[in-house]
Amino acid sequence: MPKETAAVIEQIARQYDHDPTRLMDVARAVHGRLGHLSELSIGLIAQSLGIHRAQVRDMVSFYAFFSRSPQGKNVIRVCTAVVERMQGADELIEAFEKELGVFLGETTEDGKITLEKASCIGLSDQAPSVLVNGIALTSLQPEDVPGIVAAIRAGEEIDTLPQARVRKNLRQSGPILLGPYDSGDALRKAIRKSPAEIIIELYASQVRGCGGAGFPTAAKWEKCRVSEGSAHYVICNADEGEPGTFKDRVILMDNPELMFDGMTIAGYTIGAEEGMIYLRGEYDYLRGDLERALANHRQLGLLGRNICGLEGFNFDIRIQAAAGAYICGEESALIESLEGKRGAPRDRPPFPVEKGYKEQPTLVNNVETFCCAARILENGGEWFSRLGTVESKGTKLLSISGDCQLPGVYEVEYGITVEKLLRQVGAEDAQAVQIGGPSGSCIGPKDFSRRIAFEDLATGGSIIIFGPGRDLLEYMYQFGEFFAEESCGWCVPCRVGTTLLLKEMRAVLDGHATHTELQAMQKLCGTIKTMSQCGLGQTAPNPILSTLKQFPELYEARLQSGDYFPRLDLAKAVRAGCASAGREMVQLEPHASNGNGKPCDPDPTPKSEGVQR
Amino acid sequence: MSDNTITFTIDGKEVQGVPGQKIMEAADAAGVYIPRLCHHKDLPPRGHCRLCVVKVDGRPKSSCTIPIEDGMQVENDTEELNEHRRMVLEMMFVEGNHFCPSCESSGNCELQAEGYRLGMITPTLPYIESHREMDATHPDIFVNRDLCILCGRCVRASAIQDGKTVFAFEGRGIHKVITVNAEHGLGETLMDVADAAASVCPTGCLHTKRLGYTIPVGQRKYDHRPIGSDIEQAAH
Repeated sequence: MPKETAAVIEQIARQYDHDPTRLMDVARAVHGRLGHLSELSIGLIAQSLGIHRAQVRDMVSFYAFFSRSPQGKNVIRVCTAVVERMQGADELIEAFEKELGVFLGETTEDGKITLEKASCIGLSDQAPSVLVNGIALTSLQPEDVPGIVAAIRAGEEIDTLPQARVRKNLRQSGPILLGPYDSGDALRKAIRKSPAEIIIELYASQVRGCGGAGFPTAAKWEKCRVSEGSAHYVICNADEGEPGTFKDRVILMDNPELMFDGMTIAGYTIGAEEGMIYLRGEYDYLRGDLERALANHRQLGLLGRNICGLEGFNFDIRIQAAAGAYICGEESALIESLEGKRGAPRDRPPFPVEKGYKEQPTLVNNVETFCCAARILENGGEWFSRLGTVESKGTKLLSISGDCQLPGVYEVEYGITVEKLLRQVGAEDAQAVQIGGPSGSCIGPKDFSRRIAFEDLATGGSIIIFGPGRDLLEYMYQFGEFFAEESCGWCVPCRVGTTLLLKEMRAVLDGHATHTELQAMQKLCGTIKTMSQCGLGQTAPNPILSTLKQFPELYEARLQSGDYFPRLDLAKAVRAGCASAGREMVQLEPHASNGNGKPCDPDPTPKSEGVQR
Repeated sequence: MSDNTITFTIDGKEVQGVPGQKIMEAADAAGVYIPRLCHHKDLPPRGHCRLCVVKVDGRPKSSCTIPIEDGMQVENDTEELNEHRRMVLEMMFVEGNHFCPSCESSGNCELQAEGYRLGMITPTLPYIESHREMDATHPDIFVNRDLCILCGRCVRASAIQDGKTVFAFEGRGIHKVITVNAEHGLGETLMDVADAAASVCPTGCLHTKRLGYTIPVGQRKYDHRPIGSDIEQAAH
């Protein structure tokens, strides 16, 4: 057995030239072949790549899709993001647990099927959904479960199941991102200009990065172009992981050529010969089609050597498949991950445009931004700048999910009001809208006249709608769970703070908190925001802070009126002791109520005779 | 003043530094102490603990990693920042299981000393009650992970100073722990008690065996002077 394992690993390592920066690929391939990454495999991978065992274990232990203990031949991952749970993910999990006879995180006795959960798989518009061996099954009902499990057990091809369909759900296409495009058009126009002229065109367009932060794209390209290094790199961030985001999925499925050309134009501009698409592990099912589209692009002479017949213009793109980590959407964590390490954010400065991938100047933009860049070179910066608002030019792709009639992807012009958007998607009765995913802000009806634009409500593209009757705070708690789960653990306020925030929020939700504790929770939010190293920690308290601001009455209704409420449930705490002493707790008198049906008596002293034999 | 000097302010006081220096380095040289735990003067900064976060022109930045610039205004010893630091410090206490009164490192422990310096009386946050595996497989050194604050000093010291890479991180989020470069435990590694990594831990996590309680109370490192006072006094 160890001999066979060694042979498999050696063969895989050779495919990647024993290059330790390709550790992610090696680990993925070994995991794919052997089902998990055992301590033996870890040692052998380390040996064949010439690195330390601890380094391999470090990387492997970081990503959700790597298992270090044996898993079933088939892995079912149920997405438990907020929208999925609104649409019945919990019931779906129950159905799987019942059908498989195991709990979440376990493997069936015959070793065939493992049931796991996933943080967010980018299918909130067709929730609840699961990934089975990387293939997406969408819009599931608990009654679908027996059939799916039977098919898996019978060894049927997953992608032939009737539920295996990812709909594009494109509800509104626009002129920039989702309009018709002929491969190479933008590129051929671009190379008639000099790199400096391209940057001038980008400045004229006033385009800003579409990942959420909104940094001026022209400035980023210019900075990267003038940074000195032995090589320059272009990276496309296709790791959209914000719960409720799936807009890049549509570009990747529908119009990857526009994105390829955007990247190639970037390569021409900054002087890079190598481009990489960092594709989130959850989108692995798109990889085959993307590889074919790349091959076709090469065939057309739009990638490779002497592109478009231009002597010396060489550029090619490879796809780096990831392995499930939200933090890798952060550009410096993404670069670490690309280098075969855990996805921990780097300190800045230096910024990636100066020292990025392999310490060289690196341009990281997201899928949407590269598409915008291509359109700008196709139609002109001036054309682009006519769309949108004063500070936000062009259009934005929005992923709309939650309680609405028409969930899906919409290309809208910047400046659209939330009100208008809600009318369009059939959600005029919305109780609240989460703009920009959990890390964005949650707004109520009094703010629905506000606009989606950098100068008002900035968003990376995730719009989650909460209809009337939803327990909003319960979903804010689930956002908190997401952050705690996805914190990389690099810095203390994020690692520990996100976990503590869950405890505090749970106490509020359970009616076990007073005003004093609510204030303490707010203080904790402030520390996490101020002291965390990267965007994840800095935004993790946003769901709580924005609902506290917009819906204080929801918190108020759950608070205890006094100064103090004991968190300790005495009866529960002493149960084990009572049991071992062979005694029983006396049934306590029912607590007095403070009017909202919750106990408020802080005195846990038994009202009757006390403990008896 | 030469052209090569950078002038900036910390809490309104003018401070001089040289290009390439980080805020903390320049502050140290000027006798201004900025609280810290993951930073060690012989190791590259990493910004794990966030205790050294200062405000640079109004924005929070970790002073161990941010280079100084001419005219930058740094806030350090402010009530607001010290409040945040106390809470971050509390987080380290409630994440692990720090029993100062009986710990072998008591009195020499930087975590404890920062607690005193920042006026942390008692944790106000709920305990996380994590249980992390102890490693006592090495003849001379033990790793008590319950006392680990994941500062990564041992990781850096082992890789850079000792050239051994005995330590690394493992897992993510609250499940992150310190791991060793061996299948089972520290005893299988090249770790030597004389290594830099063996003496760099700021808590009682990585500790040399048979040395516990050898220094009497009253003679321990932080018994009489708070942590950082060496830096503050050196410049005067």
